[in-house]
Amino acid sequence: MKINKELVKKVAKIARLTLSEQEVKQFSEDFNDILQDFSKLKKINTDNVEPSFDPIAIQNVLRLDNVERCLSNSDALSNTKSKENGFFKGPKTI
Amino acid sequence: MTYLITKVKTKKGIPIVVKDNICTKGIQTTAGSKILEGFVPTYDATVIKQVKKAGCVIVGKSTMDEFGFGTFSTNCAYGVPKNPHDLTRSCGGSSGGVAGYISASKTRILGLGQSTGGSISCPASFCGIVGLTPTYGLVSRYGLIDYASSLDRIGPMAKTVKEVAWLLSKIAKYDSKDSTSIKTKPQDYTKFCGKSINGLKIGVPVEYLNKATKPVRDKILEAIKKLEKKGAKVSKISLKYTDAAIPAYYIIALSEASTNLAKFCGMRQGLQEEFKGNFNEYFSRIRSQGFGREAKRRILLGTFARMAGFKEEYYIKALKVKTLVVKDFQEAFKKVDVIMAPTMPTIAPKFSEIEKLKPIDCYKADALTAPVSLAELPHLSVPAGFVNKMPVGLHLISNYFEEGKIIQVGDAFER
Repeated sequence: MKINKELVKKVAKIARLTLSEQEVKQFSEDFNDILQDFSKLKKINTDNVEPSFDPIAIQNVLRLDNVERCLSNSDALSNTKSKENGFFKGPKTI
Repeated sequence: MTYLITKVKTKKGIPIVVKDNICTKGIQTTAGSKILEGFVPTYDATVIKQVKKAGCVIVGKSTMDEFGFGTFSTNCAYGVPKNPHDLTRSCGGSSGGVAGYISASKTRILGLGQSTGGSISCPASFCGIVGLTPTYGLVSRYGLIDYASSLDRIGPMAKTVKEVAWLLSKIAKYDSKDSTSIKTKPQDYTKFCGKSINGLKIGVPVEYLNKATKPVRDKILEAIKKLEKKGAKVSKISLKYTDAAIPAYYIIALSEASTNLAKFCGMRQGLQEEFKGNFNEYFSRIRSQGFGREAKRRILLGTFARMAGFKEEYYIKALKVKTLVVKDFQEAFKKVDVIMAPTMPTIAPKFSEIEKLKPIDCYKADALTAPVSLAELPHLSVPAGFVNKMPVGLHLISNYFEEGKIIQVGDAFER
């Protein structure tokens, strides 16, 4: 498929990235090269093949419902510049 | 030399250099990205606790491709490491800072690298050191800043196979904090060093040999002769899904990366500014400033591959191809104990050559490391001599949890 600038802008919006016009142009070109190469996957027959998420069998991990030590409130907030009353403070939502 | 982002004053102990995407308590951890500048973790990753317990002291946090996004350590926000063997050439990526630092060091030094698509083997090969990527789940990922959670692995790097085996013994332990950690019996991997390889069956995939440049291929043919002299039974094998691995690997890795990187938004750590505009406007502004070009490219590609309308065609298809790549290796391991190949098809390229590459050409440079990464198999890169005074890496691959076998062959080869 052909990737155009509009599609790149749409994807960027979903990914919360603001791109310059130059970036939109560059990424459109890159994506066409990349996806054209990746399209070779289409030629591989995967009828009746299950998708692999992990080739090694992984067990579901459960633990006893006991209280354990976890990150303290002050540690959790130690890397932020915006906090209030023990909470992260974020930008306005509406 | 730009091998370290953060240098640490050391106490007495065994020096270790750590890739900067592994959390270290009280020491800045950036994952090579401006978006995490100033982030100081309040806890140690499990592997850091383990190496400290083993007597190691951290000397520094290394430069790396932002979030591990690169094959040449040229997508770095804090300086590009230069190859100690030739400063006009790349160290390889993305654990290039670790490999470059170890290679340049005149004394004994260990390293903790991390690989998603070959990021331990590639720099080990280009810098002439040893790097081991263990079976997925053997080493805890708790405290690792994720690239692609289903493929990320932390592994040891050093100058000799024995040192790598020692470090692996210290970090290959079950960790309840990592839900993908696998319960295995801890073992001393150094016991595989010095063991005879007489009668061991080694397979060489023709597809891998054909992808290497002639001088690199010749070095591997020399390596085959050396191992045969030591009693190994070497035969040619075929891995027919080799070419399919790169697109499948990139689609899966970037899909996961685009979700993992969604959490970086200038609020909880790293780059932060005064809140202006609404939620979306602020997050988009910070992310656009903090992420470098390759990170943006990968986030966009990953977001695209997961979008409604494209998901079946790309993401699900890639996961099915992964099944075929895994089966390809499993068939091979019915016939041989270990697979050997060139680690990288070339020696370390010059920065002037890398500049001319398009993104797709950079991705294709992972041709020999993407399949083992996708299959989550253990692999070890050991130095196999020089071409034009630059190191060549020999890749040894074994079946799941058979790290001992590649250590055994790697150590025998080194002697």
